[in-house]
Amino acid sequence: MPDLTRRHALGAAAALAVTVGTPLTAAVADDHADHADHADHADHDGDAGHGGRQAPRAFDEVYRGRRIQGHATEGGGHHHGAGYAVFVDGAELHVMRNADGSWISVVSHYAPVSTPRAAARAAVDELQGARLVPFG
Amino acid sequence: MTVRKNQATLTADEKRRFVDALIALKRSGRYDEFVTTHNAFILGDTDNGERTGHRSPSFLPWHRRFLLEFERALQSVDPTVALPYWDWTADRTARSSLWAPDFLGGTGRGRDGQVMDGPFAASTGDWPINVRIDGRTYLRRSLGGAVRQLPTRAEVDSVLAMSTYDMAPWNSASDGFRNHLEGWRGVNLHNRVHVWVGGQMGTGVSPNDPVFWLHHAFVDRLWADWRRLHPGSAYLPGAGTPNVVDLDETMKPWNDSTPAALLDHTAHYTFDAA
Repeated sequence: MPDLTRRHALGAAAALAVTVGTPLTAAVADDHADHADHADHADHDGDAGHGGRQAPRAFDEVYRGRRIQGHATEGGGHHHGAGYAVFVDGAELHVMRNADGSWISVVSHYAPVSTPRAAARAAVDELQGARLVPFG
Repeated sequence: MTVRKNQATLTADEKRRFVDALIALKRSGRYDEFVTTHNAFILGDTDNGERTGHRSPSFLPWHRRFLLEFERALQSVDPTVALPYWDWTADRTARSSLWAPDFLGGTGRGRDGQVMDGPFAASTGDWPINVRIDGRTYLRRSLGGAVRQLPTRAEVDSVLAMSTYDMAPWNSASDGFRNHLEGWRGVNLHNRVHVWVGGQMGTGVSPNDPVFWLHHAFVDRLWADWRRLHPGSAYLPGAGTPNVVDLDETMKPWNDSTPAALLDHTAHYTFDAA
């Protein structure tokens, strides 16, 4: 992974947590602690780390008040061969797997993270409550 | 002849003309066509499939051509305008004149990231975000919010020192100059700047922020600097590479020019200083 390491990403999430507004504030402290805990064990999220080509495990959770889901797909569609689909409150988030096994999404395109769940959480952080609009 | 200048050296009149041309393109709908094109390539370029605009050798010639198209559109509004470049190794804080209200405006407010000053603030009514991936229609930024430091000159020089243009597998895992400049590997130059700006600049619809053009004009300048430093180093790959634009293959979406035809920027513009 490039310079933006997992720990930098956590720093970013912490910075964001400081600046988000009242609707999310109550949820931030607990969810952020949860985020940090999971991120420290991110390799347990699935087989997404370090070039494994198997699809990561499915996930379904509420993160900072948003439902995030991810699961492997049967190819085709508009996933460009990603073989994995991620949703935020039911709307698909376009995600992509890099050659080194890291992940990005269209919401956070230039900052790879280790798993699709981490990409979904980064998208929720970035969206600050906004809804995704359908793509392509 | 078009001369691309360091943004820090622009006169008040040059800034005003540049901003006015951007807003005129926005009003006509032409600006948003560029955002749409960029996002289509962001979504479509993949490490193991066809890749043209990003994560591939043609990242540099593709953006050179994209910026040329955009600059010509600006010049159709005001022929005196050229794209300025932002040397983010030098102007590396939110206090730079780049972010002043007479130019691009500053960082976003804490609550929702909304840019509140400058010509592109939503309150002006001149800069609606129409091509978007979420419901927010206002320009957003969080300068230095997601990553603290812009690249340093020493980091740039370490990448300029790489003599091989690009290497197999010709994607985000490659060693060599192109991928280190793009930032998927190593000290991370181009990608990190997108993340440092934040807001739409961190997303697939990054050209929604006018700083996109100034960022890429500097990345383009670094490619020119690299060519001068390594006159014996060629664009690679030369031929026969599946899913990748070879030296003499045409690039989508224009289908009428090749990396070979874009290597020499001086046919189109020069820079203000060596």
